[in-house]
Amino acid sequence: MATTHHSVSKGEHQKWPAPIDVERVRKDFPVLDQTVHGKPLVYLDNAATSQKPLAVIEAEERFYRHDCSNIHRGVHELSERATRSYEDARVTVQRFLNASDHKEIIFVRGATEAINLVASSFGRKSVSAGDEILITAMEHHSNIVPWQMLCEEKGAKLRVAPINDRGELLFDEFIKLLGPKTRLVSVVHVSNVLGTINPVREMIEAAHRKNIPVLLDGAQAAPHLAVDVQALDCDFYTFSGHKLYGPTGVGVLYGKANLLEAMPPYQGGGDMISSVTFEQTIYNSLPYKFEAGTPNIAAGIALGAAIDYLNGIGFENVAAYEDEVLAYATEAVSRVPGLKIIGTAERKAGVISFVMEGIHPHDVGTILDQEGIAVRTGHHCAQPLMERFGIPATTRASLAFYNTKGEIDALVAGIHKVKELLG
Amino acid sequence: MPDLRGLYQEVILDHSKKPRNYRVLEGADHRAEGYNPLCGDRVTIYLKVENGKINELSFQGSGCAISTSSASLLTEALKGKTLDEADALFEKFHALVTGQAGGKLADDGSLGKLAVFSGVAEFPTRVKCATLAWHTLKSALKGEKETVTTE
Repeated sequence: MATTHHSVSKGEHQKWPAPIDVERVRKDFPVLDQTVHGKPLVYLDNAATSQKPLAVIEAEERFYRHDCSNIHRGVHELSERATRSYEDARVTVQRFLNASDHKEIIFVRGATEAINLVASSFGRKSVSAGDEILITAMEHHSNIVPWQMLCEEKGAKLRVAPINDRGELLFDEFIKLLGPKTRLVSVVHVSNVLGTINPVREMIEAAHRKNIPVLLDGAQAAPHLAVDVQALDCDFYTFSGHKLYGPTGVGVLYGKANLLEAMPPYQGGGDMISSVTFEQTIYNSLPYKFEAGTPNIAAGIALGAAIDYLNGIGFENVAAYEDEVLAYATEAVSRVPGLKIIGTAERKAGVISFVMEGIHPHDVGTILDQEGIAVRTGHHCAQPLMERFGIPATTRASLAFYNTKGEIDALVAGIHKVKELLG
Repeated sequence: MPDLRGLYQEVILDHSKKPRNYRVLEGADHRAEGYNPLCGDRVTIYLKVENGKINELSFQGSGCAISTSSASLLTEALKGKTLDEADALFEKFHALVTGQAGGKLADDGSLGKLAVFSGVAEFPTRVKCATLAWHTLKSALKGEKETVTTE
């Protein structure tokens, strides 16, 4: 597989440029330069969606202004350009994940569709009555519901590996749940509520010892950690473009070629076929077998631009800077009396969820909004996790590399204002 | 600019911290549960209705300051009211918090204490918090068994 011209080896990863100059970086994100309710915007809802750098906005615009055309079958110049840009973006994603081949990169609408694709295609073929799918207690609804639907259809069983009060996977319990009936492990790489980084390398090793494939939901991990699917040896990896500073409407499913080859198509239609008669259809090769219909071409191209932009900053710089701000925020927020951080795992990325004594997160969110601070409040599409902690909701501040320590100070001041008003 | 003090008025804060009629009503003949999936607010309303009149009512649940105080003030406002009066109050309350009343209702006295919710109209994302208990009430009076949601 490593013989195509698109292949990359780990050694080819670029040298990292200088550490992040946050004031310079912020100028790349036009949306950040505004006031909300008369206060400078403090955008701390990056785990819901991140803001877009000019490079991404301009890539979308360039496509619609100059290259707009459908891809893959046109013989004219514009179609040629559109196809080239779209396929270049695929190679950019391949390198970003360090996948061994571009055909292992399937463009989808987002991480949710990627998981649904695997549940529908791999699941229908490989899961039967009495089989088990193993997830964890910290999954997003998008990594619960598709498996519930599959289990209901097949008479299979969804098993859930428990977590401790810090929000860390109970690894021994996870190992015990890997049984002869387990057909797939599908786990979140980084929790969107707790920020926990799961020990996915060890989890994959354990599952592979029993020949169980593993899907990683990387929606929250891809923006914060350098992901190397070959080093992880995961069988599937999913992420959404819009959480990675790219546009909405595009996401990625990575799958090992041998698994994808053996899987039936997900949706039928144009582009996923190589020939159609009314008697029989011969499916296209990878990755197109899984890409029926005209995709979000502009978004795919702009996702490539987002990754190029991140590579320019240096992903290790992003991770190091965010860790520094997260440590600062954790320290500052936890000093507020009556505030409790939900999710205190040893290894975390990008997220602080918290609850305040006697004050509901929804009220916190409204008051912070009046201070120009955008956070998310609610169950964060993880209701079973809320139940695990015995809370209806949390307030969540989630970071990006354009957030500053000054913004964290504003958040803490906002939280004190909440206490003053409602405490 | 919306005013936080206008939203979180003293009466609202008082009722959210010390909700009135917060209990299960033994022998209730009407009951419904309400749920706001957006923020996880839950409320259960209990009623005793006789000859078209609400003799007793109570609630239980968990939620934000707006939804808890709204439920609490609802139970105070509707005790002893006829079902028609309750309906009329619902309509007025709804017009108040959605801003359809254009500020008129807040002053004319017809809503009594419920007028403290006039500030909600400035916060569209919080309208559902204020109306959850009222939608649940309607459902309870209709005798619907299913959980009401605000979605």
